Amino acid sequence: MTLKSEPFVVNVGPQHPSTHGVFRLRLTLDGEKIIDADMVMGYLHRSMEKLAEERTYTQNIPFTDRTDYLAAMTGNLAYVMAVEKLMNIEVPERAQFLRTIMAELQRIASHSMAIGIFANDCGAWQTPVMHMFRDREKILDLFEMACGARLTLNYMRIGGVSRDIPDEWMPQAHKLLKDLPNRFAEYEDLLLSNEIIIARSRGIGVLTPEQAIAYSVSGPMLRGSGVAWDIRKADPYAAYDKLDFDIAVGTNGDAYDRFVIRLAELRQSLRILEQALDMMPTGPVHERLGTSTVQPGTQPIAPLVFRPPVGEAYARIESPRGELGYYIVSDGGPSPFRFHIRSPSFINLTPLKQMAIGSTIADAIVILGSVDIVVGEVDR
Amino acid sequence: MAILLSGEWYDLRDLANPIRELIDGLGLPDAADYVLWSLIAALAIVTWLVVSVIAFIWIERRLVALMQNRIGPNRVGPAGLLQPIADAIKLLLKEAITTRDADRLLFWLAPIIVFIPTIVVFAVVPFGESMVLADLNVGVLFVIAVAGIMTPAIFIAGWSSNNKYALLAAMRTIAMLISYEIVQVLALLSAVLFIGSMNLGAFVSWQDEYNTWLIFIMPLPVVAYIIAGAVEINRSPMDLSEAESELAAGYHTEYGGIKFGFFYQAEYMAGFAVAATVTTLFLGGWTLWGLEEWIPGWIIFLGKLYAVFFLYIWSRATLPRLRIDQLMAFAWKFMLPLMLVNVLVIGAEVVVWEETGASRNIALPAIGALNATLAVILVVGWARVLGHGSGRQRGYRATLTQEIGKIYYTGAEAS
Repeated sequence: MTLKSEPFVVNVGPQHPSTHGVFRLRLTLDGEKIIDADMVMGYLHRSMEKLAEERTYTQNIPFTDRTDYLAAMTGNLAYVMAVEKLMNIEVPERAQFLRTIMAELQRIASHSMAIGIFANDCGAWQTPVMHMFRDREKILDLFEMACGARLTLNYMRIGGVSRDIPDEWMPQAHKLLKDLPNRFAEYEDLLLSNEIIIARSRGIGVLTPEQAIAYSVSGPMLRGSGVAWDIRKADPYAAYDKLDFDIAVGTNGDAYDRFVIRLAELRQSLRILEQALDMMPTGPVHERLGTSTVQPGTQPIAPLVFRPPVGEAYARIESPRGELGYYIVSDGGPSPFRFHIRSPSFINLTPLKQMAIGSTIADAIVILGSVDIVVGEVDR
Repeated sequence: MAILLSGEWYDLRDLANPIRELIDGLGLPDAADYVLWSLIAALAIVTWLVVSVIAFIWIERRLVALMQNRIGPNRVGPAGLLQPIADAIKLLLKEAITTRDADRLLFWLAPIIVFIPTIVVFAVVPFGESMVLADLNVGVLFVIAVAGIMTPAIFIAGWSSNNKYALLAAMRTIAMLISYEIVQVLALLSAVLFIGSMNLGAFVSWQDEYNTWLIFIMPLPVVAYIIAGAVEINRSPMDLSEAESELAAGYHTEYGGIKFGFFYQAEYMAGFAVAATVTTLFLGGWTLWGLEEWIPGWIIFLGKLYAVFFLYIWSRATLPRLRIDQLMAFAWKFMLPLMLVNVLVIGAEVVVWEETGASRNIALPAIGALNATLAVILVVGWARVLGHGSGRQRGYRATLTQEIGKIYYTGAEAS
């Protein structure tokens, strides 16, 4: 006797515990097996790119906090780098180091979240996330000391950073760097050889290097597929050319590899931080750009209105999620003529359909967790 | 009343004496007397269960918070102790929503059906010396049979709510519970073979008489029963029918208010039922090597029960979740063959012990050592046969490199 069966469509999201925001996945299932997957994006679309065309270059910095809200520093950095490229501004040495340090701290904070949430998607009941929050909390404290904010930081400025770090920042940072290796060892102990995590993520969501490159994915996704590619090395910015670190790559291109790479990158970020904190020069943290009409006599801050020369610029950095690029076209006015964000989350999400088909609904969640999206950045 | 005031108290059970006096004074016929007593005992069990559940909601939340570097509920009442009561009031006052396309009758029935077996199991569980509601001679069978009612109840919940997540969860539940029930039965069968009785009280008195617990004699079935129990009560890593990260809330996605409260309570009560079974069958029940002379048996029993239940809280805060095919493979390929071998071994041991007539001081340690060794050999050996290495070998770190653009992909693991 044959039973009549037909495919079954399940909407995962937009309201769902594991879609990392308001992202919707339309799965067509045959039993538990996925035979088709559609991604529906745009639930968090805030029209950032169009809004930015109506605001001045300085006013656009807070927008960049709010695209990838788990890595606001790197968002800031990529944007101000693009404007600096447009205006040919040289950034002081100390500011370069501060930017590097902040970006790496942000990478640790963001990867911690990614790893914790990945374990959550594998079914752990909040424990890894809560443990990861300890480190993230300490890093957010450092951010708060440096710029007064914890999540939407708005720290970088065109020509430097908004202000120098306070005196008590350095000892606290050193203390954190001393604590972190033990924590990382703990996480590696708990998660790296965890039988269930291995069972759930090995051989799941495989992306070969050819496919990865064809989909132009970047960051841990690309490195997970075994391609040694990191903008910090390939196209160094800030102070990365003066620092010694390794690129972590995987060999199988599966969800486990992406997770393993994030764990390895925590250690590499720590290495970068240790060097950068030692090498940090003294000096100004902001290039003097004309005269500010807002606060004369105080710290040199950027003028409110820039008028970059006519032209276009694209700056890219290695954000925790991959290649984050800002493309800006100037028509000589006070606001960008065209403002485009190459957001890694969005592009890394595109091969999801390919990775999910043929696996089960439980795998799809794990794969989505291994991509590590921030929906604010996907929809912008 | 005289006894209540006399000061001749041993423990809680003496509360029964004044009640006895009262009822005897009424001069009821025997049948009514019997029913009345049963009702009082049932009421006592249900009261204990509800109080325990309320306490454990708070305890679990605080314990898990402790394991996760959080504080946990601490706002309502001292140290958050009134939080479960506040939650219960909230659930009671919420509107009982039934979704439009739900099968209304079944939708209402499911929370009630799921609730009953979890309470009824306790009828045969001896809480202390002669503290058992129904001293059934087929107690073990009763426990298995009654616990089996959970399965259709959860399926009814998943099916009737007309929700795709709930349906998926219901399908998972049926597959899982049927598989693990076999494991559970085989685990209990080896214990029954050894003791030679199905009466739960007989298990306790056997373990008391021989001054040992069955867990020391047969560790493998205990572990198997605890694992299968985790499936039955939807505890991580087997909480696939709730699977929060995949299926929203699984079979009770559409349930809210007190109907959800019923499922929530039933989950804890089923947990206590499994823990009570483990305690009675394998951990000596209400005895503690003579200490029950000094401490009331029911305190020992509850202490053991809560300790076993703690295992489930602990695993919930520690372990990720398995996938359904892995869980099924674990039941059919791994646990089932082991349990079959185990039943064979225990049966042989019983026969050999009877034939040789060895004294218990020689036979019991020998059997215990043999079974423990065999358990390790079986588990490790069978895992190797199935091709599982240990996680330490299978986990690896990322390759570190400085060379840009090189491709390290080998695709060894690609499926």
